Amino acid sequence: MSTRYTDDHEWAREEDDLIVVGITDYAQQQLGEVVFVELPDIDRVLEQGEEAAVIESVKAAGEVKSPVSGTVVAVNQALEDAPEKINEDPSGTGWIYKIKPADSVWLTDLMDEGAYQSLVESLA
Amino acid sequence: MNSPEVLKRTALFELHRQAGAKIVPFAGYAMPVHYAHGIIREHLHTREKAGLFDVSHMGQIRVCGPDAAQLLETLMPVDIVSLPRGRQKYGLLLNASGGIIDDLMVTRTGQEDYLLVVNAARKDFDLNHIRARLPDSLEVEMQADQSLLALQGPRCARVMEKLGHDLSNMRFMQAQQLKLAGVPCWLSRSGYTGEDGFEISVDDNHAAEIAACLLKDDDVQWVGLGARDSLRLEAGLCLYGHDITEHTTPIEASLLWAVSKARRTGGPRPGGFVGDDIVLAQIPRNVAKRLVGFSPAGRALIRPGAVIEDMAGRAIGQVTSGGFSPSLGRPVCMGYAVVGQCSEHNRLNAVVRDKRLPVAVTKLPFVSPNYYHGPAVNQGRQTRKQT
Repeated sequence: MSTRYTDDHEWAREEDDLIVVGITDYAQQQLGEVVFVELPDIDRVLEQGEEAAVIESVKAAGEVKSPVSGTVVAVNQALEDAPEKINEDPSGTGWIYKIKPADSVWLTDLMDEGAYQSLVESLA
Repeated sequence: MNSPEVLKRTALFELHRQAGAKIVPFAGYAMPVHYAHGIIREHLHTREKAGLFDVSHMGQIRVCGPDAAQLLETLMPVDIVSLPRGRQKYGLLLNASGGIIDDLMVTRTGQEDYLLVVNAARKDFDLNHIRARLPDSLEVEMQADQSLLALQGPRCARVMEKLGHDLSNMRFMQAQQLKLAGVPCWLSRSGYTGEDGFEISVDDNHAAEIAACLLKDDDVQWVGLGARDSLRLEAGLCLYGHDITEHTTPIEASLLWAVSKARRTGGPRPGGFVGDDIVLAQIPRNVAKRLVGFSPAGRALIRPGAVIEDMAGRAIGQVTSGGFSPSLGRPVCMGYAVVGQCSEHNRLNAVVRDKRLPVAVTKLPFVSPNYYHGPAVNQGRQTRKQT
């Protein structure tokens, strides 16, 4: 159950044959209090790096870029009524969508925990 | 986002840092956008108790000398001549096209002595504008060593009372000199949140002392510029540079109330201010576009710049302020629409990320004000209608 990270501060985690996507604790702190999440449509085909969702905080709007290519198979409907879950539990109940990865996807292309922590520390 | 030029700091900068503020550049100053609690909680605290804001970046311009009132009237469509001492008014500096150079509060602080509080981003421009148009017989000085604190919220009067000042006879838009914790201050009962409250002008050397004194009260908490913006938006108050600019007139901005009756056609001193021909000809509503509120039907935020379309898909307006309303728990916005589309409840769409989001034209404000109009008037109406 390893989690991988992008330099745009998304996380991607394998769950059976799917990949769950969310934003990191650092990202939610930067955004501030989240008040709206625009989720992707089910069955939408996403390329790696393509805008998949929009997270609106009281301060700003942030894009979620898909960490991997694939097809959206589930979205976290609970965020529609409780977008603050992204602040409260960004790597758990604040997940955003699940994607069925394209054949070519290799999660190990993304940063591991250690590399991501170094990135965040360099931004502090 | 750090700009290479050095940002100015207010006298309270260290206090903000100690209070855990997130500091951002704003109008050339390093200002607190929020503190540890975050914008939503700071906003709600102000609506429920008392928020303390550092607004020392704003300009405080003193205008005094012979005929100061008559001369100020040449720059603003406001009745300043009959403004009594210790009273305050909302004013607008206009250009020759009737466009708004800045909005401000003017207080008569003495016989021929006035204090203008102007927007931070406009203060140098305003100072030059005023000096260029008024004779040298008037003293027009930026009070550069004065801080400005705003204490806003329903508990403010109680906070003052605990400091030994019963202000039950001081009403909304009144002003007076007062010693707070032994320090001489200019206090006005006004603000930019829709709440009862005070703005406190104090010299820089004593500003931290006054802030600390107010913060000793459990009901008082620092509030940053982020919540200041959401509070004023709920209260339907215009933000200079967004809702009002040099390209919008008072009538377009739905600020007819800020054009004093005494200065309108048929009044005792009609016109005689910069831009008078255009502004007076627009009264009451002889304009092509007007500022209105828009209530979004959904939860998506609609931010400044979003185009407003009618049901046929024609662009008929634009959002100038918009965001999340913590008091209502939903998005709100305001902006301009062509006059034929401004009737209440009219259905329109806002274009956000190529999607059409339904909005309805709404009367401003979104949250009704809670100003203090005197002991008799306010009795029994201290609780606000909940939405």
